[in-house]
Amino acid sequence: MRAAIRIEALAKGFTLHLQGGIGFQVLRDAALTVMPGECVALTGPSGAGKSTLMRCLQGNYGADAGHIWLHHRGADVDLAAADARLVREIRRETLGYVSQFLRVIPRVSARDVVAEPLLARGTPRAQAEGRATALLTRLNLPSRLHGLPPATFSGGEQQRVNLARGFAPHYPILLLDEPTASLDAANREVVIGLIAEAKARGAALVGIFHDIEVRDRVADRTRDILPLEDAA
Amino acid sequence: MNMIPPRNAQDAAYNFAYLDEATKRMIRRAILKALAIPGHQIPFGAREMPLPYGWGTGGIQVTAAILGPRDVLKVIDQGADDTTNAVSIRAFFARVAGIATTTHTAEATIIQTRHRIPERPLREGQVMVFQVPMPEPLFKLEPRLAETRRLHALGDYSLAQVKLYEDIAHQGEAGSAYNHPVMVGGRYLMSPSPIPGFDNPKLHNSPAIMLFGAGREKKIYAVPPYTTVESLDFDDHPFKPMRAPHACSACGSATSYLDEIIADDQGGRIYVCSDTDHCGENQGR
Amino acid sequence: MSAALLEACGLHLRFGAVRALDDVALEIHPGEVVAIVGESGSGKSTLLRVLAGHVPAQAGRVLYRDAAGDAQEIGALSEAAKRRLMRSEWGFVHQNARDGLRMGISAGGNIGERLMSAGTRNYTEIRTAAADWMARVEMDPARIDEAPRNFSGGMQQRLQIARCLVTQPRLVFMDEPTGGLDVSVQARLLDLIRGLVAELGLAVFFVTHDIAAARLLAHRIIVMRHGRIVEEGLADRVLDDPRHAYTQLLVASVLSA
Repeated sequence: MRAAIRIEALAKGFTLHLQGGIGFQVLRDAALTVMPGECVALTGPSGAGKSTLMRCLQGNYGADAGHIWLHHRGADVDLAAADARLVREIRRETLGYVSQFLRVIPRVSARDVVAEPLLARGTPRAQAEGRATALLTRLNLPSRLHGLPPATFSGGEQQRVNLARGFAPHYPILLLDEPTASLDAANREVVIGLIAEAKARGAALVGIFHDIEVRDRVADRTRDILPLEDAA
Repeated sequence: MNMIPPRNAQDAAYNFAYLDEATKRMIRRAILKALAIPGHQIPFGAREMPLPYGWGTGGIQVTAAILGPRDVLKVIDQGADDTTNAVSIRAFFARVAGIATTTHTAEATIIQTRHRIPERPLREGQVMVFQVPMPEPLFKLEPRLAETRRLHALGDYSLAQVKLYEDIAHQGEAGSAYNHPVMVGGRYLMSPSPIPGFDNPKLHNSPAIMLFGAGREKKIYAVPPYTTVESLDFDDHPFKPMRAPHACSACGSATSYLDEIIADDQGGRIYVCSDTDHCGENQGR
Repeated sequence: MSAALLEACGLHLRFGAVRALDDVALEIHPGEVVAIVGESGSGKSTLLRVLAGHVPAQAGRVLYRDAAGDAQEIGALSEAAKRRLMRSEWGFVHQNARDGLRMGISAGGNIGERLMSAGTRNYTEIRTAAADWMARVEMDPARIDEAPRNFSGGMQQRLQIARCLVTQPRLVFMDEPTGGLDVSVQARLLDLIRGLVAELGLAVFFVTHDIAAARLLAHRIIVMRHGRIVEEGLADRVLDDPRHAYTQLLVASVLSA
């Protein structure tokens, strides 16, 4: 079976020009393979590079060297070398991302935030909205909030909108950055259920879970990201 | 009034029709160019005339340039042969050209006019000479002449269409009772001079030559015979020639363009044909 | 030429000793939103004017693939062809609404002008389209006969946008579309633009010094400094992982509320 994700020799560092040009390396020669139906949890101490790896995997950070092979449209595509248009196409069709923080766009309702990626993929509006509502309901977001912009929502409510948005389109690859950080026990269960369904569908998941209990229930294996020895 | 009058005696102190031959040649060249490009404004070297700008110097120069000894000239001002200006201009040409003049449209070979076209249909061989204050149809919308020249060159007349739209939106109908712009030969937008909209259809496919002279602005333009002349409008708001819904109280015509005359101090009014010759003919004079 | 909608290469433009554009190359594809950011004097407004055909470059060329699929070099187009293009397939939203509107003509007339220019001769059709577009840019269609001088700045900008979009252009240029407007008005306008762009599949080049607006609207960001492109790429990548010193400075300078 083909891997859904294959990271090879990934290197990522930063040069802070505003701080006198000091540079530091976060990832060097990083590798990771994830198969469809598998959930891999990134573990390791804070600041070691889990988030950096995740962001490289999403195309948000640019890799300095190495490859990030993703199975997209029936072929292996190197995200690290992809141009902006290709990255957008990958994010639209293949790669979903649930971040901790919801970037709030004024005036767009929670339902529309969730429906947007579905609409971008050509899903008819009624269907997209229906699916959005169903997921928000499943995540126990009160229906009176569905039509409101999430700007005034609590952290937990915003996170649930983010989760709904990430799980609605059934991406083949899903990245989860602290998906249960602000959730209560009941909603944690819902998320665990969503992850299980995604795996059953054959999705490949990579996640950062600070909640060890959740991690143990959803992750098939863990992958330690350790700080580089010579990090400044 | 007069039937076919005898030829007048030309005042020998003036060249025939006042202008020198070189000037006439220059104006005729401009006229030829104007006829070759219907509706397009041709600049010409307007001369000083013995009356000020705004009194018909453009029309007079065009008439002077085309006048020949066998021509019969009619001059009207808002349809009337007997107003001061019409009389003066007619007398002027009688004196400096010695040509025959008339008040009858049927007899005239050249008809110089301010702001009207005669009711009687014109025939081949007749020439209308219009006095034009502002030759540029887009002037009110775009006062920069350099820009209007460009718009004409590009055939870009959306401005005029927009003005029409505005008129209909605010007044319910195209606002220009006078000087309603026309498309000539499907190419150039032209000001027909301040004739009433009622007269616009007379320009279309006319057997006569239409010449337009603007003395102050120094432009000549023309519509040769049998040219398409269409008043600007919308498909669902077609151009409608308008006249007062009355009959002439002198001759009874229900189809001619009427002047409204206040008859008494109580605000009573009567309506009379603006075209004095036409009215006279109807009355059998 | 690839399937790009607009492609520019080797653009140079100097004003005296100042290099306003120094070897600039870029492209845009249908449906793509590209923000050109930089500070005053970076050349971003000049770039927009050159791309939009308002100002010729001294070297280089701009190629546009029109609706028929033919590549047109903008610098070689006749005045008439350029005007036609600008009235149909292109739109330009000026920073100051007064530059993009006829202030003495009603809102309906402003929006309808492009249609009349394209040959529409039906008054009702024009009026209906104008009212329709006013609603789409969230203006009250009952104000269709009012002149723009009676509108607020934000509404004038909406009117300008409606005026551009009525002929369903494929490419829209925007020069600081929210500049000079109150913050709340800016937010609504950006949101409107975002919605329309997505709905109509427009390609948009917009110049801004507002990084937050760039993040909200753009798919790609081009960073300019002293007439050169110093960095470009996916919008969130440029803003979250800036490489060039100047980009880092720009991003760090954004005040977050």
